[in-house]
Amino acid sequence: MNVFDIIFTTDFGYMIFRVTTPILFTALGAMISRRAGIMNISLEGLMLVGALFGVIGSTYSQSVIVGVLTAVVASLLLSLIFAYFVLKLKSDLILTGIALNLAASGGTVFLLSILCGDKGVSTSMNSLVVPNIEIPLIKDIPVLGEIISGHNVLTYVSLLCVVIVYLLINKSPMGLRIRSVGENPDAAESVGISVIKTRFIALIFTGILGGLGGAYMSMGYVSWFARDMAAGRGYMALAAQNLGNGTPIGTFLSSFIFGIADALSSTLQVLSLPAEFIQMIPYVTTIVGLILYAMNRKHKANKLRARL
Amino acid sequence: MSDQYILEMRGITKVYPNGFIANKDVNLAVREGEIHALVGENGAGKSTLMKVLFGVESHEEGEILLHGKPVNITDPISAIDMGIGMVHQHFMLVPSLTVAENIVLGREPKKYGTLIDMAKAVRDTQEICEKYNLKVDPTARVRDLPVGMKQKVEILKALYRNAQVLILDEPTAVLTPQETAELFVELKNMRDSGHTIIFISHKLNEVKELCDRVTVLRLGRTVGTADLDGLTEQEISRMMGGRDVILEIQKDAAEPKDTVLSVKDLSLNSSDGRPILRNINFNVRAGEILGVAGVEGNGQRELSEIITGLHAFTRGEIEIGGESIKGKSVKQIRRMGVSHISEDRMTYGIAARAGVEENVISDRYDMPEYCKSGFLRFKEIHKLTERLIQEFRIKCDDVNQPVRMLSGGNMQKVVAAREFSLEPKLSIVNQPTRGIDVGATEFVRNKIVELRDQGTAVLLISADLNEILELSDSLIVMHGGEIVAYLPDSQKVTEEELGEYMLGIRKQEPEEIRGVLHEC
Repeated sequence: MNVFDIIFTTDFGYMIFRVTTPILFTALGAMISRRAGIMNISLEGLMLVGALFGVIGSTYSQSVIVGVLTAVVASLLLSLIFAYFVLKLKSDLILTGIALNLAASGGTVFLLSILCGDKGVSTSMNSLVVPNIEIPLIKDIPVLGEIISGHNVLTYVSLLCVVIVYLLINKSPMGLRIRSVGENPDAAESVGISVIKTRFIALIFTGILGGLGGAYMSMGYVSWFARDMAAGRGYMALAAQNLGNGTPIGTFLSSFIFGIADALSSTLQVLSLPAEFIQMIPYVTTIVGLILYAMNRKHKANKLRARL
Repeated sequence: MSDQYILEMRGITKVYPNGFIANKDVNLAVREGEIHALVGENGAGKSTLMKVLFGVESHEEGEILLHGKPVNITDPISAIDMGIGMVHQHFMLVPSLTVAENIVLGREPKKYGTLIDMAKAVRDTQEICEKYNLKVDPTARVRDLPVGMKQKVEILKALYRNAQVLILDEPTAVLTPQETAELFVELKNMRDSGHTIIFISHKLNEVKELCDRVTVLRLGRTVGTADLDGLTEQEISRMMGGRDVILEIQKDAAEPKDTVLSVKDLSLNSSDGRPILRNINFNVRAGEILGVAGVEGNGQRELSEIITGLHAFTRGEIEIGGESIKGKSVKQIRRMGVSHISEDRMTYGIAARAGVEENVISDRYDMPEYCKSGFLRFKEIHKLTERLIQEFRIKCDDVNQPVRMLSGGNMQKVVAAREFSLEPKLSIVNQPTRGIDVGATEFVRNKIVELRDQGTAVLLISADLNEILELSDSLIVMHGGEIVAYLPDSQKVTEEELGEYMLGIRKQEPEEIRGVLHEC
């Protein structure tokens, strides 16, 4: 089987949407933080916590909705802790992010082993998954229907979130305030906008989106929680929003690039290349993407400088 | 009596946490519908007083009355709510947003209950623009606007918030003469439509032209308030008292020798494509001080940063002692015999938390005298530091005292001690006496002359006219990134003449400017 036989299939197209979903949720969250002036590396932790609490919530309530809500609330609380440390206690952004990520990584395993005696996966818990839905009419279109219909509800929610975040950032008063706080906090303060309050609100949105990303990981992408299952997606999301220049549409498009890379790394494992090499693809893409972004920006700046 | 005043500040005293008394029992009474000037030298307490009024700083004693009633202004928001608006010297705008977005920020008109009604924001902006005859395009991005326009946006911001009393903190400092004239027309318009304006300035001709009454501050105290009718500039100047102490520097005529620094066809654009330096050509010779005069922000900073290697350049050529500095690092350039007093003392001048000694050796710690097989020779370093502390009369407790604990003047002496003690071939001296006391100022200036007499080529950049005329042998004037004049003898230049060049009203012919190349 050669590479093209694998890529040019509807299965591969379907897969792209499937693997893009968690990155997209989280990247939108990262984007809102960034626009408020916060480089938020805690998304990895938010996702993990969201993923575990999705499993816990749905296991004990036997309700999908309660499961997703539990995931969102857990992630939101973690985000508020982050906000409290960074905004109120003025601790360092990056160090706080690392601390929360490590705590989330260890804490979820700890909780997992208490709940089901297993330090690896939660398969012994009877958790639920968010259902897939077929979209009427579209599902009957050849090729396209197979690619974009029949996805997890959360996949469609993530696409809807692009629109919502777009309206929030670009069209709403809160978005204008978030942007002004991120770009020139003094200007915002001078017209009576509280910088800390606005950033708190931005981190609430980030928490919700990170929780949704986490819930999708354990209640859609797979049907269990596994230790460190975010696998760097929180950082990829950060790279994706950067590549997307902090705009909702840009973030959406670059999330798809990362999704494609992720899909490739899953699908190409059937080839006779070493698995470790293939698994590298998303991470190499992240680095290449950031390099291209930086080069492009520098090139533009140089062109302007050279103009007479 | 007091009801004729819209705003009164009575007996305001403001003491900063470090014990500095910025305002002592200051009184200010402003009538409704007047343009009231607040004048005084740098450090007279004008800005502090306005920060108290706008709620940025709290005051220890005194009261503020608005429409005759005492008010408690705790923060800028409460000031805005009471109808006080402020146009800061440093604009409080968000560059990537449009004019309309900046204006409605924090008070956005809404539609469907949740989204911003952008059409209404633009309409509202246009409405105030027309009402006060301020011409700004509401849909333009603020980052694309020239400075004068940005200032209009700031004024509109205050008017949108229904400011009745508008404070302008040195609004003309950044404007061209044309923009200033335009601003004055607009301000008079606003006064005629019932607004009260407090105009902070130390340019007396502007005050005389624009304002109705004036309050003079000196050293944190009120000197008095007077009608401007029938008051001459000289009289105001006398009230301001003790103009910047005019320091006479003793120096002999320069004896210039060979060219040390030569700058050829240097041009530079900012990262967004605006020209900062245009075709700069000049030479500085050993044993002379070439002054660079100009309103700040006309390329002086970039020029000094390029020559010292802090800023890269691509177009043009710079040679020091005949050797190009293109592509060389700051250290390589320094080792060519260049020293640099940066205008940004806290960033490039000193390491605030490091001790005097560490600051002094930061440019020579790896020279064989002070470093042997990878270890510092502290005995030599102590000796050097002690010698420099003596020679530069640095007041400090010991050689390891963190520099941030020193006064501004002593900090600058630490910088000078380092920069002047390696017998530089070329010294780039940018705002050497800004914000430091008279004693230190005199000391640093004398040191610069001493350096010249030892045969160093000195490029002196200063916004202080007094300093530039007193200290430099010849001078060039920069405006809009260009050299607009070369004045071979600083002694023969009047402040008026210099002022006209600095503001770009006058410009010399290219042949005259070429004089600075000393070709014959």
